Amino acid sequence: MKIAVCIKQVPDSWAEKKMINGVLDRESVDAVLNDLDEYAIEEALRIAEAHGGNEEDGTNTITVISMGPERATEAVRKALSMGANDAILITDPKLAGADALTTSAVLAAVIEKGGFDLVVCGTESTDARMSVVPAMLAERLNAAQLTFASKVEVDPAAGTVSITRVTEAGVDQMHGKFPCVISVVEKINEPRYPSFKGIMAAKKKSIDSRDLASVGVSAESAWSLVADATPRPPRAAGIKVNDDGTGGEQLVAYLSEKKLI
Amino acid sequence: MSNVLILADFVGAKVTKTNAELATVGARIGEVIAVVLSPAGQGATYAAAINRGPIAKIIVIESDSFVHNGVAAVADVLAQVITSQSPSAVLIASHAFGKEVAARTAVKSGSGIITDAVDVSSEITATQLVFGGSTTVHSKVSHGTPIITVRPNSVDADTTQSTPSVETVSLSVSDGSKKATITSSEPPVQGGRPELTEANIVVSGGRGTNGDFSAVENFADSLGAAVGASRAATDAGWYPHSYQVGQTGKTVSPQLYVATGISGAIQHRAGMQTSKTIVVINKDPEAPLFEIADFGVVGDLFAVLPKATEGVKAHKS
Repeated sequence: MKIAVCIKQVPDSWAEKKMINGVLDRESVDAVLNDLDEYAIEEALRIAEAHGGNEEDGTNTITVISMGPERATEAVRKALSMGANDAILITDPKLAGADALTTSAVLAAVIEKGGFDLVVCGTESTDARMSVVPAMLAERLNAAQLTFASKVEVDPAAGTVSITRVTEAGVDQMHGKFPCVISVVEKINEPRYPSFKGIMAAKKKSIDSRDLASVGVSAESAWSLVADATPRPPRAAGIKVNDDGTGGEQLVAYLSEKKLI
Repeated sequence: MSNVLILADFVGAKVTKTNAELATVGARIGEVIAVVLSPAGQGATYAAAINRGPIAKIIVIESDSFVHNGVAAVADVLAQVITSQSPSAVLIASHAFGKEVAARTAVKSGSGIITDAVDVSSEITATQLVFGGSTTVHSKVSHGTPIITVRPNSVDADTTQSTPSVETVSLSVSDGSKKATITSSEPPVQGGRPELTEANIVVSGGRGTNGDFSAVENFADSLGAAVGASRAATDAGWYPHSYQVGQTGKTVSPQLYVATGISGAIQHRAGMQTSKTIVVINKDPEAPLFEIADFGVVGDLFAVLPKATEGVKAHKS
């Protein structure tokens, strides 16, 4: 099987973030591999390992695909050190501040050219948090959308995938034929730490760097525009009491006074 | 007068509270048309269930494909309705399903998309709270029909009775939207509590529960509240992951959020700091979450919560 894993480099989710001219300031914060994408890499590795592996003599290849600045190479290397075979990084100054529609168009163009059986993603990036790119990819690639998976089973001979989809609307069993776009929820697996061997091997793996022209997508003007972005005033701390045995009663009195009960 | 489409928000055959919220926002922009997508033969039942909120018209499309093919089928038909109605905007509930429908619809109709709006003005400017609620952003879609998902519980719904006209339209789902099939579905196990993102009150437990959520659940039940959990609690396996509030879990914005035994890392704050009133109970007086609490109790949750539970019950009786 040819498996693609889409990853994103994001600002460290523990860092304070700010916007400049309506775009997230990515320069001033540490950048890391989106931690929800680690589950996608791990799941791709497990799918490959369950069906002949992705070593040199294996029957599968795992390609990491990412769009981002030059600096995103670090996140791509991490994915490679976990065990993916190779990578494609789309880097172009015209893509700075690109939204989900442009991102999905660029990724879809690269995926289509590569002819992948499976595309595995995380459910969202911890910076934008839209959770729309996997669905957009499925739409653009005319592929089966198998998203929010807490369990994935692949039958390479039949060319089918079955998943358990978990959302606030309940639990669905879903099924689709290759090509499939899969997104995996947190906790589907325990992502492995890159081994020393993996880290050394990753340094020799190829990262195919492409610009927008070679991908064949034009980054049109923005699909939506930010008019303004303002930091919200910090919440002021209110009343704080020490529980001397009456903390429960004081809480109820407060809720009653505020008409919350 | 311009019109606005809302994708009628159902759980099974039941209309959600969010539906009237979408209509309320939509009515600022134009005449609200609710698009009701029902299983075959159930269009009339689904349409009749919509009787609250400023809705002028209902367009019903029946197909079992909505049940069997989910997101792709719904987006397919919604995009067709957009073509025939040329609305000023399309509003969809901002949950996993709604955001995915919006995503595919935006691609199909060549339209810009804004997700997780907490408000939308009459000029179709969306308000979002980003970076864990620390920054307010106003934005507008600049291409095509604005497709906007609105976060549940963000606006006060106009729930006055309405008697919209109903039109049944026959549209078919293309084969390209049937690539994924749903073979079976189970509704969420709610245990009688309200849905986390829709609840007016949420009571959450964290590391301080030591895995015992009984006091948290009892207090939640006395308030008719939903139960949430911090990442520390779900990572420890004390509470199901689907109840996690925070950056990698659910974002909630209830009238009242009660955090018990949660210190308040940025990760957790990101999911709850837009709550109207925040109450914090923690043994550690230095717990960072006290910084944003409207009312804080420094104390053991196992001592404070049972008394508060009794107090709420006494207050209500």
